[in-house]
Amino acid sequence: MDLTFTPEENAFRDEVRAFLRDRLPADIAAKVAAHTALSKADYDTWHSLLNEKGWLAGAWPRKFGGQEWSAVQKHIFEEETAAAHAPRTVPFGVAMLAPVLQAFGSKAQQDYYLPRILSGEDWWCQGYSEPGAGSDLASLKTRAVREGDHYVVNGQKTWTTLGQYADKIFCLVRTSTEGKPQEGISFLLIDMNTPGIEVRPIILIDGVHEVNEVWFTDVKVPVENLVGEENKGWTYAKYLLTHERTGIAGVGYAQAGLDSLKRIARAELQHGRPLIEDPLFAARLARIEIDLMAMATFNLRTVAGADAGAAPGAESSMLKVKGTVIRQTINALALRAIGPWAMPFVAEGLEDSNLYHPGPDYAAKASNVYLNNRKISIYGGSNEVQRGIITKAILGL
Amino acid sequence: MDFTHTEERRMLADSLRRTLERGADWGDLAELGVLGALFTEDEGGFGGHGYDIAVVFEELGRAGCNLPVLDAGLAGGMLADAGRADLVERLIAGDLKATLAYGEPGLRYDLGPIRTAANGGTVSGHKSFVTNADEAGLLVVTALEDGVVKVFGVDPRGPGVTMMTTPALMGGTISEVTLDRAPAEALGPAETLESRLAAATLAVCADAIGTMDTVRDMTLDYLRTRKQFGVPIGKFQALQHRMADVAIEIEMARSAVINLSGHLDQAAPTRDRHVSAAKSLIGRTAHLVAEEAIQMHGGIAMTEEYALAPLARRLTAADSRLGDEDWHLARFIRLSA
Ligand SMILES: Cc1cc2nc3c(=O)[nH]c(=O)nc-3n(C[C@H](O)[C@H](O)[C@H](O)COP(=O)(O)OP(=O)(O)OC[C@H]3O[C@@H](n4cnc5c(N)ncnc54)[C@H](O)[C@@H]3O)c2cc1C
Repeated sequence: MDLTFTPEENAFRDEVRAFLRDRLPADIAAKVAAHTALSKADYDTWHSLLNEKGWLAGAWPRKFGGQEWSAVQKHIFEEETAAAHAPRTVPFGVAMLAPVLQAFGSKAQQDYYLPRILSGEDWWCQGYSEPGAGSDLASLKTRAVREGDHYVVNGQKTWTTLGQYADKIFCLVRTSTEGKPQEGISFLLIDMNTPGIEVRPIILIDGVHEVNEVWFTDVKVPVENLVGEENKGWTYAKYLLTHERTGIAGVGYAQAGLDSLKRIARAELQHGRPLIEDPLFAARLARIEIDLMAMATFNLRTVAGADAGAAPGAESSMLKVKGTVIRQTINALALRAIGPWAMPFVAEGLEDSNLYHPGPDYAAKASNVYLNNRKISIYGGSNEVQRGIITKAILGL
Repeated sequence: MDFTHTEERRMLADSLRRTLERGADWGDLAELGVLGALFTEDEGGFGGHGYDIAVVFEELGRAGCNLPVLDAGLAGGMLADAGRADLVERLIAGDLKATLAYGEPGLRYDLGPIRTAANGGTVSGHKSFVTNADEAGLLVVTALEDGVVKVFGVDPRGPGVTMMTTPALMGGTISEVTLDRAPAEALGPAETLESRLAAATLAVCADAIGTMDTVRDMTLDYLRTRKQFGVPIGKFQALQHRMADVAIEIEMARSAVINLSGHLDQAAPTRDRHVSAAKSLIGRTAHLVAEEAIQMHGGIAMTEEYALAPLARRLTAADSRLGDEDWHLARFIRLSA
């Protein structure tokens, strides 16, 4: 056992910190810290800064222009960027589609799409879920029917995160109704500008426009946009799910959330004294910090295991469940910490956007964030589904 | 022991429920006697006891109603204590809307020490978290005069009054009110503030119970109808047991509210011990019910369009009104010592 990072890993951390200090635009970091919704331009700016440094593709294999980061390096990068209030790297192109293309795409697809992901020319979104197919993703119904050198796609995707910014969408579509539902699914790349595609906004409970419905009516997709083989899409989708799991615990976000919670608790007064001195509140704060310390090590154990070649199997389900619950608990404590300032509720998408929150800055978005982050235990495989995986795959019940 | 409400209270609750289902306005509530039910006969009403308040607010919460009934009861109570039967009468008739401005920045849930001060027929200071002030015809303001906290009537549209109003998490609006030598009518001492806030706290608790009932029913409906993996998701034992826990906690919360209703008229130490017991428990349960309802629904519950959203926010806000779980826990400990 050795709980220290290697000198190389520490050097990497220093390099990430220096980069963030020098290159992360202050206005963007301020928005992230204040939980203000980022514009497409903000994301694009950050992506191109990362790309210049070669870090947008840090996790990619070298032959595709990446740095082949180890799982520990990925972890360090995620931790440092969260602490510095850098925007999250929008995962759909870089972290979700790219590994699938690298493993299963044609040479032509790799040559065409991968550079465009890095350059930011293509903003991708993920078209998996449908109104009737959430946890039971394999029951998806969006049809793709082969007609000559095209597929004709009809159906509806939903929950499409940031689809309003997207140039392209990777979709799971049904190409066969024979055999098991999983066996008739294909992985299709679709240009969002194709006639017959309509994007409708969904406003979330905290008032933000973050997700969308995407409707397909007789959308013609060239057959060369099929990834891999027809009816093998489920395999590729699962490949995607079992990789890119290092960040699943969200330790960096949790740590950033805890730091901001402590700042609130120092600033907010209760009976004339800082709230952080209140024994009840201090106990709640300590408990979650203790959990987070254990979580960080749990995460590193899994991360180190992945570097040693272990498949990030069901452990990542444990990380997902506990990691999301810890983050949600921190959000709930922030809501509690701001006291009655939780009541003024200014929601960007719901009200006149000229309204501003009347309380202290740190109170402005606490209830919005609390509400919005209820999603993290629902998406990416709900916590119930994860527990199901744990019971079967780890516990053998 | 008898855990049934009186015939009159049941009738009021039933007709209020039906009226709210049809979509009620302020006049409808006044006509039904909802406002009168918040005041005792001495005050010009026909209720005013714990159980009256509980039945009314449970229905308002069940329907997710945003009309300013709590403000009428709280401000009206202070007006009644000041001997202003004329204003209470107009309030009960639905002709006057009033709201109480007692909170101040930096106090969190504490009632004092306040800084707003009265001087020569005017008041100056900053009042926080004033609910539904934008629609009110009268602000009932607490302020210091000669070192004593007193109550004053202020015209919200009069000179020296500035309001910064935003939507409130529970529905309705909430305002920061700045008073700069605003003309004010002295109404009397504020000694009854704690007992009026005790009644208001009961109202928030009962409101939360009604909301929890609706949220539970919505979730149950969804568990029965939403299918994944070929079966209604309510067939998954993982969800069944959590739903059972939610149902248990709601009955615990309901019992705590009944307990408080029955002790609202008691002397302050007993009353407030029950106030804090109930509110602490309700704060905890309201969060649980909202969070579990969202989780068991899945993505649909995250959307503004789905009817759960305002109810989940209302439950979330319940904990942040009139003292949260921890504030009341600490108060309960103090009062139990
Ligand atoms: C904010 C947000 C962003 C999203 N972004 C995207 C995106 O970009 N692209 C995309 O494709 N999808 C996206 N999703 C969709 C997300 O993956 C689904 O919401 C998720 O798969 C759950 O599906 P559902 O919402 O239909 O809930 P359901 O599957 O209907 O689940 C309802 C409830 O039943 C439970 N449940 C289901 N099955 C079982 C079981 N077998 N045992 C026990 N309990 C069970 C669930 O845990 C949940 O509590 C997003 C969702 C949200 C909320």
